[in-house]
Amino acid sequence: MSKDMSYAAVMGRKNEIMKKAIGIDFSVFESGSISFDYEKMMRETGYSLDEIQKIQVETCVGNTPLVELKNLTKLARKLAPKGKGARIFMKDEAANPSGSFKARRAATSVYHAKKNGYKGVLTATSGNYGAAVASQASKRGLQCIVLQECYDSRMIGQPEILEKQRACEAYGAEVIQLSVGPELFYYFLTLLEETGYFNASLYTPFGIAGIETLGYEIAMQFREMMGKDPDKVVITHAGGGNVTGTARGLLKAGAKDVEIVGASVDLSGLHMASDKDFNRKSFTTGHTGFGIPFATLPDRSDVPRNAARALRYLDRYLIVKQGEVFYMTEALSVLEGLERGPAGNTALTAAFALAQEMDEDQTIVVQETEYTGAGKHPMPQLTFARENGIEILFGNPDDDVPGKNIILPANPSDIKLRDFDLEKVRASYIKNCITNNKVNEITKDDFDFLIKETKSDSKFVGDVLAELNVKIK
Amino acid sequence: MKSAKKGDWVQIHQILLKPGERAPQVPEDTKKVPLELWIKGIALHDAEVGSIVEIKTSTGRKVKGTLRTVNPRYNHDFGDFVPELLKVDMQLKEILFGGDIDE
Repeated sequence: MSKDMSYAAVMGRKNEIMKKAIGIDFSVFESGSISFDYEKMMRETGYSLDEIQKIQVETCVGNTPLVELKNLTKLARKLAPKGKGARIFMKDEAANPSGSFKARRAATSVYHAKKNGYKGVLTATSGNYGAAVASQASKRGLQCIVLQECYDSRMIGQPEILEKQRACEAYGAEVIQLSVGPELFYYFLTLLEETGYFNASLYTPFGIAGIETLGYEIAMQFREMMGKDPDKVVITHAGGGNVTGTARGLLKAGAKDVEIVGASVDLSGLHMASDKDFNRKSFTTGHTGFGIPFATLPDRSDVPRNAARALRYLDRYLIVKQGEVFYMTEALSVLEGLERGPAGNTALTAAFALAQEMDEDQTIVVQETEYTGAGKHPMPQLTFARENGIEILFGNPDDDVPGKNIILPANPSDIKLRDFDLEKVRASYIKNCITNNKVNEITKDDFDFLIKETKSDSKFVGDVLAELNVKIK
Repeated sequence: MKSAKKGDWVQIHQILLKPGERAPQVPEDTKKVPLELWIKGIALHDAEVGSIVEIKTSTGRKVKGTLRTVNPRYNHDFGDFVPELLKVDMQLKEILFGGDIDE
C-alpha cells in the first residue's frame, strides 16, 4: 500500500520522519511540561569541543584569522566623542571552505551523518548553510540535497539565493528550488522519507556545537594578541545558532565577562511568506524577520527542540538598517582591503556604532564575515532592489522603510546605535511558552527553566507570569 | 533550445500545490499562486520543451516534470553599476585619508 502523500498526512508523520532522519529521541530530555534539559541534550547528543576541533580540522574548517580593523577604528574615533572609540577586531570566517562560519555547523552534522551510516544529507536553506553542507558532504563522500525557497511566482529570484544555488551545485549537490511558502517543509519531509538521508538541520545539537569552536577560537586568538578577553563580541543574529554556539564557545574558553551583543538588519513590516514581499527584501538572512521569531519561539524550527536558544546568551540586541550594512560593506572593502558579502557585515555595522560609545582602551570583536561574489555583493543586490521598485537614496537611515526604500547614510556618523529592548523579547518568549503549552499553572522546574531560557531572574519571570495570571505549583 | 536529447543537463518544473491547496497559514497573496518547484538533472529520453520528461538528478533520484530549459545558465551577475556606492567609497577615503590619495 502506498503512503498518503497529502499535505495533512505528511505533516502528521512529522515526528516519526524526523526521529529517523536525525537519530535523536528528543523525548528523553522532556519534563512533560514547559521545561526540558537543554544542557543534557547538548552533552549527550552533541560532541565535546575537543572532538569537534578534530572533526573540523579533517575538513579544513575553522582556525580562521582574527584581524584588527585599524582603519575602521580610526574612522570610528573621528566620529566619536574624545576618548571614545573601541578597537575593532574581526574574525574572518570567509576563510572557511565554503566561505562562511556555516562550515563549522555543517562539519559536525555531516560527520555525524557519515558516522551513523546515512548515505546522504538533506537540508532546507536558501543561505550559506546550503553551500556549507554541500561542501562538507563532498569532502566526506556523502550525497547532498539542498532545498531552497528561491523564486516568487514570476520565477524571479534574489541574486544572493541564485548564487547560493550555483555554489551548492559547484560542490556537487542536487539543488531543489521552490517558490515562496512555508510548505517547503512539507516537501522536505517527503524527501526525507524518500531518500532516508540525514536531516542536516541548522538547529540540531551537532550543528550548534559546531559553532562553539568559533567562540573558543576568538577567546584564544584574542588572548594571544592582546593578553586579555575582548569586552564585547558582536554576532549577527537570525535563527539563533550563531549567537548560541559562539557564546557557548566563549564560555567554554572561560571568557565569562564578555558581553554578547546580537545584531540584526531591520526588515520589520515585510511578511516572510508573502509572494509579493519576498523580493522586496535585500537581505535573505541576519534580519529581524528571523531574529525575533526565533528568539521568542526557538522550537518553531525543523527539530522538536531547537539547540539554538539565543535568549540564553544575549546581553544586548542591536538593530541596523539595510543601507547602513551596504555602506559598511563598502567601508570594509575600501578602508580595510577586505571585500566580503553584505549579510555577513551586519555585526560589523552594529560594532562600528557600538565602538563609538566605548572607551578607546576597550575592544570589540566582530565574529564573522562571509564570501562575496556575483549576486552576493552590494552592486547586484542594490540593482535587484531597484528592479523591484525599491528606492535607493542617501539620507538618514532611520527613515528606511523595508520594502520601500534603502537609505544609504549620508555620512558615516549617521550609522547609529539602536537597541532592541531585550526585556520585551524575553517577556514575549515566556508568553509564547505559556500560550503554546496552554497552561495556567507551571512547575518550579518550569520556572527555573524560564529564568535560564531568558537569562533573567526570578523577579522578571515572576512578574511576567503574574501578568499572564499563571501560578507556580 | 527547443528540445533536449537523452543525456542533456536540463531543468524541469512541477506544480506541487495548486492555489486551493496552499497551507492555511500562508498570506493571501501567496494563496493565490501555486507552490512551484524546479529541479535539474540528466534527461533520460529525448523531449520537447514544455513536455513531460524524466530526469536523473545528481544524487541519482529519478523525477518527472515539465521540461523548461536545456543547459540552464546561471543568470546572476554583478548587476548594474551603482554610482551611489562609488560616492560612498570616495566619501570614506576622503574622511579618513583626506584629499587625493596619490598626492
